[in-house]
Amino acid sequence: MFKPLGDSALLIQLGDEIDPIINQRVHALNSLLQNINGIIETVPAYCTLLVHYDINFSYQHIKAIVQEKINQVNDSFQITARRHEVPIRYGGASTDLEIISTTLNLSISEIIKIHSEKEYQIYMMGFTPGFPYMGILDSRLQMPRLQTPRTLVQAGSVAMAGFQTGIYPLDSPGGWNILGWTPLKLFDPHSDTPFLFSPGDVVKFVPMESNSLLFEREQAP
Amino acid sequence: MLKVIDATGFISFQDIGRKGFQNFGVPVSGAMDWFAYQVANQLVGNSQNATALEIGLGEITFQAKQDCVLAVTGAGYEVQNYIWTFPLWTSFYVRAGWYVQIKKTKAGNWAYLAIAGGFDVPKILGSSSTYMRGGLGNHIQTGNVLQSGKPSTELTKLAARDFPVQKFMRYSQSPTIEVIAGPQRERFDNSFFENEYTLSKSFDRMGYRLEGKIIEASDKTELISEGMTMGSIQITNQGQPIVMMADSPTTGGYPKIGNVIRVDLPLLAQCESGTSTIRFKEVSVEEAQEKYKRCSQLFT
Repeated sequence: MFKPLGDSALLIQLGDEIDPIINQRVHALNSLLQNINGIIETVPAYCTLLVHYDINFSYQHIKAIVQEKINQVNDSFQITARRHEVPIRYGGASTDLEIISTTLNLSISEIIKIHSEKEYQIYMMGFTPGFPYMGILDSRLQMPRLQTPRTLVQAGSVAMAGFQTGIYPLDSPGGWNILGWTPLKLFDPHSDTPFLFSPGDVVKFVPMESNSLLFEREQAP
Repeated sequence: MLKVIDATGFISFQDIGRKGFQNFGVPVSGAMDWFAYQVANQLVGNSQNATALEIGLGEITFQAKQDCVLAVTGAGYEVQNYIWTFPLWTSFYVRAGWYVQIKKTKAGNWAYLAIAGGFDVPKILGSSSTYMRGGLGNHIQTGNVLQSGKPSTELTKLAARDFPVQKFMRYSQSPTIEVIAGPQRERFDNSFFENEYTLSKSFDRMGYRLEGKIIEASDKTELISEGMTMGSIQITNQGQPIVMMADSPTTGGYPKIGNVIRVDLPLLAQCESGTSTIRFKEVSVEEAQEKYKRCSQLFT
């Protein structure tokens, strides 16, 4: 359950599958490990939590702290997730909506309905600053990532791969199937609140018409 | 203040790293060789977190616009002002108007230039470290003017200091790098630790790909992405080891056979692509921390 990752990090494994409840336990434990002397920062993932600690503290000391906190995360834990509504324009240039429709044998309106009717949990953030890994996608929408990743995916692109859906916060390479675009800025390093989302938050997509003022103002691609 | 006359390679500002945002996917960044970075700052009387210039596989020529004290550390470089060659791992006085050149001359990848008072660079998310892939900061280019802060004391007291590097860090092109067993160590046999590796051509601030014996996993179950750190040694599906470096993504999905200990990261960072011969050896967390304690006593 505990393993060292080098001389100043401790990996905690709370399960070995992608499961909303295990992940909520990860976030509950994560919140209990903030502001503790010796712990520098923590990185929640699907079923693990990585604790980066001050190298001047012993592994056993940090392990004892974590053990005590894990005991507090019993099955009655509560997480206070923030909920975000994300406006999205499905389709448009440089999306894969047509191909997705053909591959999955679903109409575009069915894809939009299935993708936007569910609330998604942000399991973890990674890949690039501010990128949320969200799930679990309805099984009817699940398809593999692209054979060849794109060298450039535009910031704001909403995409999916396997059981996951996500949003590219920055222009970056990417191999997920692009569904649409949101004008929301997920990452602004110069703002007082640089990240729109936090791991553990909940996201709901809200389909918008492509002629919406929101998109004109933000100069949609 | 230094005016950049010519710059090639990967030259960027770095500090001790960007802490506290890894849960949002922001890499730590910071110096590739933390030891050389810290000694450079210490030589010119700076705080441990002062901003220095990292010169990666390139050269820089600049003109001092005022008197200053500089120090250059690292491996594989030479410092000249056309008349003299200044030794690495020393601090030296530079007069207004002088031109100084930092040149790549032999094996080694990274050099650190510290200026008394530190470079004055705006912090983003609490750090001046450049992270190019995430759009945080930029490479240094010809024509840039590099501002510096106020030195901690009179310049004459900071100049002509030296540091006996060989006593503390044995830079070598055939190092034995110490490693702590990683979370997926049991998926692999001992062949990684019994064979020699070299650094491939594909290496940068994010990671170092190693060339040598392919590592077979006994358990090929796909790993669910989890946190990783500088020094994490991932084994790809093709069996190739990649050591994650300063700009490592915060999470990764390949199994990790081990993690390079902090004290030995500089040795690996300075290995030359194609010619270095690198061996890896397993140690315990306690041994690694003890080794770090001895090394960090230099920085008080």
